[in-house]
Amino acid sequence: MAPILEVKNLFKNYGSTEVLKDINVSIDEGDFLVLVGPSGCGKSTLLNCIAGLEPITGGDLFIGGQNMTNVSPKDRDIAMVFQSYALYPTMTVAKNITFGMKVRGIDQATQDAKLNQVATQLQIEPLLHRKPGQLSGGQRQRVAMGRALVRDPKLFLFDEPLSNLDAKLRVEMRTEIKALHQRLGASMVYVTHDQIEAMTLATKIVVMKGGIIQQIGTPAEIYNRPANLFVADFMGSPAMNLIPARTRMNGKGMLVEIDRKDGDPIVLTDTRNKDLPENVILGVRPEDIADAALGRAGETQEADCVIDIVEPAGADTFAVMQLGGKHVTARLHAETSASAGQSQRLTFDLGKVSYFEPETGLRLN
Amino acid sequence: MTDLPYNPSRGQSQMTKMVLRIVLYVLLGLFALFYLMPLFVMLTTSLKSLDEIRTGDLVSLPREVTFDAWRTAWSTACTGIQCEGVRPYFLNSLLIAIPAVMISTLMGALNGYVVAQWRFKGANIFFALMLFGCFIPFQVVLLPMARMLGIMGVAGTIPGLIFVHVIYGLGFTTLFFRNYYVSIPSELTKAAKVDGAGFFRIFWSIFLPLSLPIIVVTVIWQFTQIWNDFLFGVSFSQAGTQPVTVALNNIVNSTTGVKEYNVDMAAAIIAALPTLFVYVVAGKYFIRGLTAGSVKG
Ligand SMILES: Nc1ncnc2c1ncn2[C@@H]1O[C@H](COP(=O)(O)OP(=O)(O)O)[C@@H](O)[C@H]1O
Ligand SMILES: [Mg+2]
Repeated sequence: MAPILEVKNLFKNYGSTEVLKDINVSIDEGDFLVLVGPSGCGKSTLLNCIAGLEPITGGDLFIGGQNMTNVSPKDRDIAMVFQSYALYPTMTVAKNITFGMKVRGIDQATQDAKLNQVATQLQIEPLLHRKPGQLSGGQRQRVAMGRALVRDPKLFLFDEPLSNLDAKLRVEMRTEIKALHQRLGASMVYVTHDQIEAMTLATKIVVMKGGIIQQIGTPAEIYNRPANLFVADFMGSPAMNLIPARTRMNGKGMLVEIDRKDGDPIVLTDTRNKDLPENVILGVRPEDIADAALGRAGETQEADCVIDIVEPAGADTFAVMQLGGKHVTARLHAETSASAGQSQRLTFDLGKVSYFEPETGLRLN
Repeated sequence: MTDLPYNPSRGQSQMTKMVLRIVLYVLLGLFALFYLMPLFVMLTTSLKSLDEIRTGDLVSLPREVTFDAWRTAWSTACTGIQCEGVRPYFLNSLLIAIPAVMISTLMGALNGYVVAQWRFKGANIFFALMLFGCFIPFQVVLLPMARMLGIMGVAGTIPGLIFVHVIYGLGFTTLFFRNYYVSIPSELTKAAKVDGAGFFRIFWSIFLPLSLPIIVVTVIWQFTQIWNDFLFGVSFSQAGTQPVTVALNNIVNSTTGVKEYNVDMAAAIIAALPTLFVYVVAGKYFIRGLTAGSVKG
C-alpha cells in the first residue's frame, strides 16, 4: 500500500535563505510521525509545506498516493491544529468546529451530528455556545482539536499544539492525544521542540536541525542509536553524556580510555566494538552509569569516580562528576550511598554506548 | 503598616502633590473654557434676534430665545442668487459623504486585508505607495483630478465628488485597516484556508466581524474629512451640487444689507452637527477591544 504521506527531495527557500534542504520522509497509514528539533530549524515550515500553506521551492509531495505538490490546502484532505490554536474569535465554539463543513456546503443535519460526536468525544459540550475569548487555554486547545477531528481527514497535522499549556496540562493532553491516536488509528504529523513529547507520542521520529534531517527512526532507535552528536545531545533528559576518549585494541577487545580530573585514566574494555579511530567521543546515557554496589546486569565495567554534586530527584538521584574534561551525569538509585566529594564505585554499561567521530560528529558503531 | 516611623518629608510631598493637582485642574479648566467659548458665543448668538445682537453683549445669554435664525439658515437664507437656506446643500453633503465613506472604508478594508494577510510579491511597495498617497497635498491633485473627472464625464456631479473623496481617502483607510490586520496572526488565515475558505470567504466571515473597532475609527475619520472638505467641494462642484461647507461660505459672504450674525452662526452649527453626531454615536465603540482573547490569552 502506498504511504499516506511521502515527501521527496523537498526544498524550501525564503528569498535566498534555504530553510529546508532535501527533505525525504514517508509515513504509512496509522503512523504518528513527530518532527522534532530546536526552535527555528524549519519544523513549522515543513508542516506548512505539507499542508500547502507555503509553496515549495523544489521536490514533490504525495498524500494518499496522489501528487499534491500544486494542490491547494483545502483539497489535500488534511486537518491542522496550530500552535496558537487560531480559533475564529467572533464565532462560537460550535461555529468554529462546523465552519469547515459549512464552507464545503455540507448539510445542516450532518453538521449537527458530527459536531455532537466530536463534542462528546472531547467533552466540550458545555462550551459549544461560548466564544474562544471565554475559554481557558486547555479548553481552546480542545476546541482546536475538535475542529480538526470533525473533518475526519487522511492526515492530521499538529504544530506544537501543547506548547502554550502549563506543564501539568501538557502532560495530560499528551496522554489524551496518544489515546486519541490509538483509538482513531489516524495518521498524524506532529511538530514539537520537546524531545519528551516526541519520545512519548511518536511511532516514528524525524530529528531536524538547520533545515536538514539528522535522523529518522523509531523512538527506541533514536534514543539508543543516535546518528550523530546533535541527535545524541538533543534527545533524552538529562542529555547523553558525551565524553572525549581514546581507543586502542588489545587481546581482550577494545580498550576505552577516559581522562579523570585527578589520577590515572579510567580504562574500560569494550568487547563488542573494535577498530575505531584513536580519538572518539563516547556517548553514555545517564542511566547506563550505575552504582556498582547495587548490582547491575549487562556488559558492565567498573571504575571509581569522584562525585562532585549529588542531586536527589525523588525516584532517582543524579550524580555529577568530571570525566574527560566534561560534566558527566549518572542516574543512580534513590538509595545510593554517593555523596559529594567522595569516591564512588560505578559501573558503565558498555553494551549500550555510542561512539562518535569528534570532527564530523557521525556515529561510529 | 501603622508602626512605620513618621516621615516628615512624606507629608510635605503630599502637600506639593495636592498643590500641583489644583494647578493642573485650574489650567485644564481654563483650556476647556478657551475652547468652549466660541461654541458658546455661536450658540447664544444663533438664539438671539438681530436687535439684541446689535444692542447687547457678545457673551451674554439671550434675553429672549428665538429660533428664527435657525429657520432662516435652514430654508431661506441666500447663498448668492438662490435663497433656499443650507437645506439642499446639507442634502448634497449627505449624498456625497455617505457613499464616499462606505466605499472608501470597504475598499480600505479589502486593501488592508490583502496587504497584511496575503503577502503578494511587491506588497510592500504597493503599501508604501498607498501611504505616500496620504501625504500628497490636496492642491497638487486639483488640476489632474479636474481633467480626470472631465474625461470620465462626471465633472461637477455628485458621483464625481464621491469618486474624488474615495480616491483621496483610500490611502488613509488602507493604512488603518492594514495596521489593524497585521496584528491578527496569520495562523487564522491559514486555519481558514485548511478549512476550505477562499479569499473573500475569509475576509467576510473572519476578518470583517473582527473589524468593528477599526471600522468605527475609519468611518469617523473619513466622515469628518469628507464632510468638512471645502477645497474639493468648491473646485469640483457646480450650482446644484455644492456641499454644505461651500454653501456656508456663500451665506456668510453674500453681503446684502445688514450682516445677519445669528443666521450665520445657526448655519455654521447646522453644518457642524453631523460630525458631532458621528462622534457622539460612534465614539463609544472606539474603545471596545473586540479582539480580546481572540487567539491567545
Ligand atoms: N515567512 C518567512 N520569511 C522568511 N523566513 C522565514 C519565514 N518563515 C520562517 N522563516 C525562517 O525559517 C526558519 C524556520 O522557521 P520555522 O519553520 O518557523 O521554525 P520552527 O517551527 O522549527 O521553530 C527560521 O529561521 C525562520 O526565521
Ligand atoms: Mg514552529
